[in-house]
Amino acid sequence: MTILRQAQDDIAAGDGVCLALEGVSKRFGSLSVLEDVSLKIRPGERCGIIGPNGAGKSTLFNIVAGELPCTRGSVRFLGRDVTRLSAHARARRGLARTFQTTTLFPRLTVIENIVLALQAGSAERFAMLAPRGRYRARDDEARALLDRVGLARHAESPVDALGYGDKRQIEILLALAQKPKLLLLDEPTAGLAPADASLVTEMLKRERGGVTMVLIEHDMGVVFDVVERLTVLHHGRVVADGPLDAIRGDAQVQEIYLGGKL
Amino acid sequence: MKARLRLIVVLAGLVIALLLPRLGVPTFYVSLLTQTWIFAIVAMSLDFLIGFTGLVNFSQAALFGVGAYAVAIGATKFHVTAFVPVVALGIVSAVATAAIFGLVALRSEGVGFIIITIALNEIVWGLAYQWVSVSGGDNGITGIVRPPVGPFDVSANTGYYYVCLAFFAISLLLLMLIVRSPFGLVLKGVRETPRRMRALGYNVWLYRYLAMMISAAFAGVAGVLFAWYNQFVGPVALSLDQSTQILIMVILGGIGTLYGQLFGAFVVVFLSNELSAVTQRWEMVLGVVYFIVVMYAPGGLVVLVPRLWARLRGRRASLVPSEPLLATSGGVANAPAEAAEEP
Repeated sequence: MTILRQAQDDIAAGDGVCLALEGVSKRFGSLSVLEDVSLKIRPGERCGIIGPNGAGKSTLFNIVAGELPCTRGSVRFLGRDVTRLSAHARARRGLARTFQTTTLFPRLTVIENIVLALQAGSAERFAMLAPRGRYRARDDEARALLDRVGLARHAESPVDALGYGDKRQIEILLALAQKPKLLLLDEPTAGLAPADASLVTEMLKRERGGVTMVLIEHDMGVVFDVVERLTVLHHGRVVADGPLDAIRGDAQVQEIYLGGKL
Repeated sequence: MKARLRLIVVLAGLVIALLLPRLGVPTFYVSLLTQTWIFAIVAMSLDFLIGFTGLVNFSQAALFGVGAYAVAIGATKFHVTAFVPVVALGIVSAVATAAIFGLVALRSEGVGFIIITIALNEIVWGLAYQWVSVSGGDNGITGIVRPPVGPFDVSANTGYYYVCLAFFAISLLLLMLIVRSPFGLVLKGVRETPRRMRALGYNVWLYRYLAMMISAAFAGVAGVLFAWYNQFVGPVALSLDQSTQILIMVILGGIGTLYGQLFGAFVVVFLSNELSAVTQRWEMVLGVVYFIVVMYAPGGLVVLVPRLWARLRGRRASLVPSEPLLATSGGVANAPAEAAEEP
């Protein structure tokens, strides 16, 4: 209850904008990766970012998440300027992300992975002298989340022992466990077999009512299933931005990205 | 069943440890065992950093030595000699040193962190060696007297043996508690994947910093016990050689096992004392032992015990340490899968 109200307050403070990038540029030496990128994401929106390899999609995510500083421009999240905030401070404000290459805790059990995501904002993360068994409610919460994607049977296995498809689902589950206000998904179905990819797509479709999403994806099937708006990056610039159908029909986009008709 | 077996083993070990000095074991060996308890504490403190936080700290001897020098300087300059104040002084000095070390060393990660901690250890060693008016320089500080612990006089070796045993047991208990707590899970997360921890909202730097100070508290306690044990402190106690030796104990004992450090400390203490009587090149033998352990028991000596036990019972060893070794995650991770395939 309080969490929901907090979210509404934050969104009100943000003038109805969840994430706003203004003139974001990124250079690595003489290489310009992002050039004057401006983007507004409204609360509840599901936006896809597409573009050829090297277009700057992942760099953009790293700048929004706070892993990389931008060379110019500003990042506003829920109405506050977070340009100079660290990655963990942004995460605490409700920004969650997944990674293109699975970034979990391989030697911890599945449930420990989820618990780490759940306890990130609570005081118990500093509890040193009580065994984790004392915090059973946390484990139950984690188990309930695992149940939602049918992975509860793996709760006690180390993540390393799981198949790639299961790992990709847990990659997303960790971000969902953060109860984010904005979720950045970096190629969630990368390298997945079609059956596993559709599991992930289903998972995202289930969540799409509740959370603002930005999705980087190469699989157009997934993009069309999940998002309602598309932004196209090319050579570090936004070349098109609009509702799904408008972008689908955009001749320039078809030429540079798809090399033909969709 | 497994938990009960473990309890029996621990209790039996404790009873043996308590009885040893009473069973006519020569005083010499009682002293070596006392040293083993002391070094096991400092080795555990380093294992806590390496095995649970992922920080390979080469300045552990500096923290250990600062604890030891705190006893000597406290006694000679400030007349602090009572048991509790001296232990507190040792802990506070070591933690304060680690607080400064952390500010410098945690600006980098991985190899950079290792190199900075080597430099920090050398700085502290240089201070102890050259700041003669405070540290006594190469001559060190002599004449440290073991204070009574409450009503007990521990000036004799047997009494002191029990003091060190008690500190070892308490340290092991506390560290195991921390490692199993929610905070301990955060440290393991930092060890595994700092990048994801940041994305989840954890201040990775802060947890590493806290872990360094917790580790230093135990290293400092061990240093205090070491100063009382020798009734002398010299710069050798905080040399880089000492840091390396502590690291060797941790690798021998088994990274990420905590209690395994008892085996690591035992081997190094006994080899160094027994063999140095025979040959000056005892470190070559230690090198060979080290090589064999790293090649054939990369999880540390501690994994050998259950493996031998399993073999005695005619089962194929399908054995995984509870917290596997840092460097062999691939190999260890495959083990449960193999075990599962067995009918």
